[in-house]
Amino acid sequence: MTALTRREFLQLAAASSLGVTVLGGPVRTASAARRAAGVGILIDVARCIGCRTCEAACKAAHGFPEGESADLGPQTWTYVKAVRLRTPREHASLGADGAGTRSYKVQCMHCVEPACASACPVGALRKTADGPVEYDAGRCIGCRYCMIACPFQVPRFEWRKALPAISKCNMCADRRAAGKGPACVEACPLEALQFGPRDHLLAEAARRIAADRSRYVPAIYGAEEAGGTSVMYISDVPFEELGFPVVTREPLPSYTWRVLGKLPGLVIGLGATLTAVEAVIRKRMEMQTGEEREDA
Amino acid sequence: MIRIGRLTPGQILLWLLVLAGAAAAAVRFVWGLGAVTNLSDRFPWGLWIGFDVMVGVALAAGAFTLNATVHIFHLDRYRPLLRPSVLTGFLGYLMVIIALLVDLGRPYRIWHPVVMWNPHSVMFEVAWCVMLYTAVLALEFGRVILERLRLTVMLRITRAAMVPLVVAAVILSTLHQSSLGSLFLIAPGKLHPLWYTALLPVLFFISAVAVGLAMATVEAVLAARAFRHRLELSMFAGLSRALTIILSIYLALKVFDLAVRGVWPLLLRPGTESLMFAAEIGIGVVLPLVLLSVNNFSRSPAGLTLTSALVVVGVVVNRLNVAVTGMLAGSGARYVPAWTEILITAAIVAAGILVYRWVMEHLPIVPAHRAPEGPAAAGAALGP
Repeated sequence: MTALTRREFLQLAAASSLGVTVLGGPVRTASAARRAAGVGILIDVARCIGCRTCEAACKAAHGFPEGESADLGPQTWTYVKAVRLRTPREHASLGADGAGTRSYKVQCMHCVEPACASACPVGALRKTADGPVEYDAGRCIGCRYCMIACPFQVPRFEWRKALPAISKCNMCADRRAAGKGPACVEACPLEALQFGPRDHLLAEAARRIAADRSRYVPAIYGAEEAGGTSVMYISDVPFEELGFPVVTREPLPSYTWRVLGKLPGLVIGLGATLTAVEAVIRKRMEMQTGEEREDA
Repeated sequence: MIRIGRLTPGQILLWLLVLAGAAAAAVRFVWGLGAVTNLSDRFPWGLWIGFDVMVGVALAAGAFTLNATVHIFHLDRYRPLLRPSVLTGFLGYLMVIIALLVDLGRPYRIWHPVVMWNPHSVMFEVAWCVMLYTAVLALEFGRVILERLRLTVMLRITRAAMVPLVVAAVILSTLHQSSLGSLFLIAPGKLHPLWYTALLPVLFFISAVAVGLAMATVEAVLAARAFRHRLELSMFAGLSRALTIILSIYLALKVFDLAVRGVWPLLLRPGTESLMFAAEIGIGVVLPLVLLSVNNFSRSPAGLTLTSALVVVGVVVNRLNVAVTGMLAGSGARYVPAWTEILITAAIVAAGILVYRWVMEHLPIVPAHRAPEGPAAAGAALGP
């Protein structure tokens, strides 16, 4: 193998500090829970049978065209991805019949500290106090920096429109305002999806893993990925095998803030230095020309 | 004004490019970015951001480099390079803005960052730098027009504002050149490890200073040939020395960075990324440093022009590597610019060349057109 494969690339990019969160006992869960604000969704890959009811419910709730999608899109805020397993494992609900595949729902992860919201120059994307990351199309200038920033490749762009906007899951803002849960969660016939406060979901995830250690992998994807996400997964198959992106545990906004935070000092320091240097050199040149005149 | 009857074949080609590009841009504003680009959700930035914006801003760096040299360090020898560099900088930024107006989803909201703030966004910093620095360059360029109109009183008044203006220009450029590197700091899992480093803003700034000097040199030599005037040889010796120092610092930092992060073995893997990385460093840094070490060669106008041209090519490849080659590696997408993307880029460059030529012929940019200005006169004029 000569070229860098995607997996190798991610491993390299990930370096040592990155990787799927491994449940390391109560200490780590507690530290992640403290950061948790607002509501979220817990997705149990072990329970999901890939029926796509959630996907249909999402499209119906937002008035998007019906049908099954193979990727996120401006009118597909969630879809169900099926992955063939290298080593078949008995499925919790389907038994031996479903051993060869696992399915899981893909959508915006609603990061606790979203890269997209920190990247957006006009604040069109915002982490609401409620938990979800919401988008205000009226502010958006269409620079697509949120798409560059998102570690989960979630925001979609309307490439076919003259004046396009960004599009992504808003965790059913309208329904939540009316006191209801997200459409996808309500539609799931197998309770593979659960809606609630993020810290409750973290506790529930830990409880399920502890209750069936022989089935679940001891990890909560989203507990610490990208600094923690409001949408989280537990699974009976390692997340790497399911093709989940390997993401840094450090919140992404801190990568750019390390530079941006230094700018006020840089501006003041540089301004003062340049002004002083200019004045000193000018004075010295004036003195020199003065001396030359005296000599003459 | 240019009359059709007087157009050379080259100018006709440039005009045709501009018209064709305008037609392609019209298609974009009817059927969307998808109709004229090969961009996708997995690869949302392509040639326009990589070349028109990132390369455009880098190649405009001569304006601030020479402003600092002449107005802050008072190295008057280099004054002949100043005005062409300010012109290139100003036109360069206007070209960047035109490209952004095509690339942005909602270009009529380009002013939004003025009232809608997000100081946590590098793009917010970029937006403010583009706006303020273009304004500063316009003011500086405005003095050329005052001179052409022989408004000497106005010239004398505005001269007092030159030092704060130049200090602002240097600060804004420092921020802007480095911020284009900082943009990618938020994508540690996406930009290839050969390029992703916390030093991106520093590397972008240093390479901008190098390419600023290189562009100024190439332009001065070309203009001297076109307008048949002589350039001082002592200036070239100084430029050659400055370029050697800056490129050496850059190379040292690059080597240090690859070593500290331990990613240098990636260079030994045959593939697009290692090849492009080698091209960028080999053509733009190592080869120029070798040429610069041969004194007689690099201090001659022809030698320094060739060396400078290599530095320019190196920076062009570097910016495209960060924005395209390096981002493509981890995206899982395929991207080759659509012909319409290339056409619009070419049209913007063609428009820039046409305006540049017109300005060079009609405004006092080249020293031969101007009244002699000695160091004493300049020093007195800058006054406290």
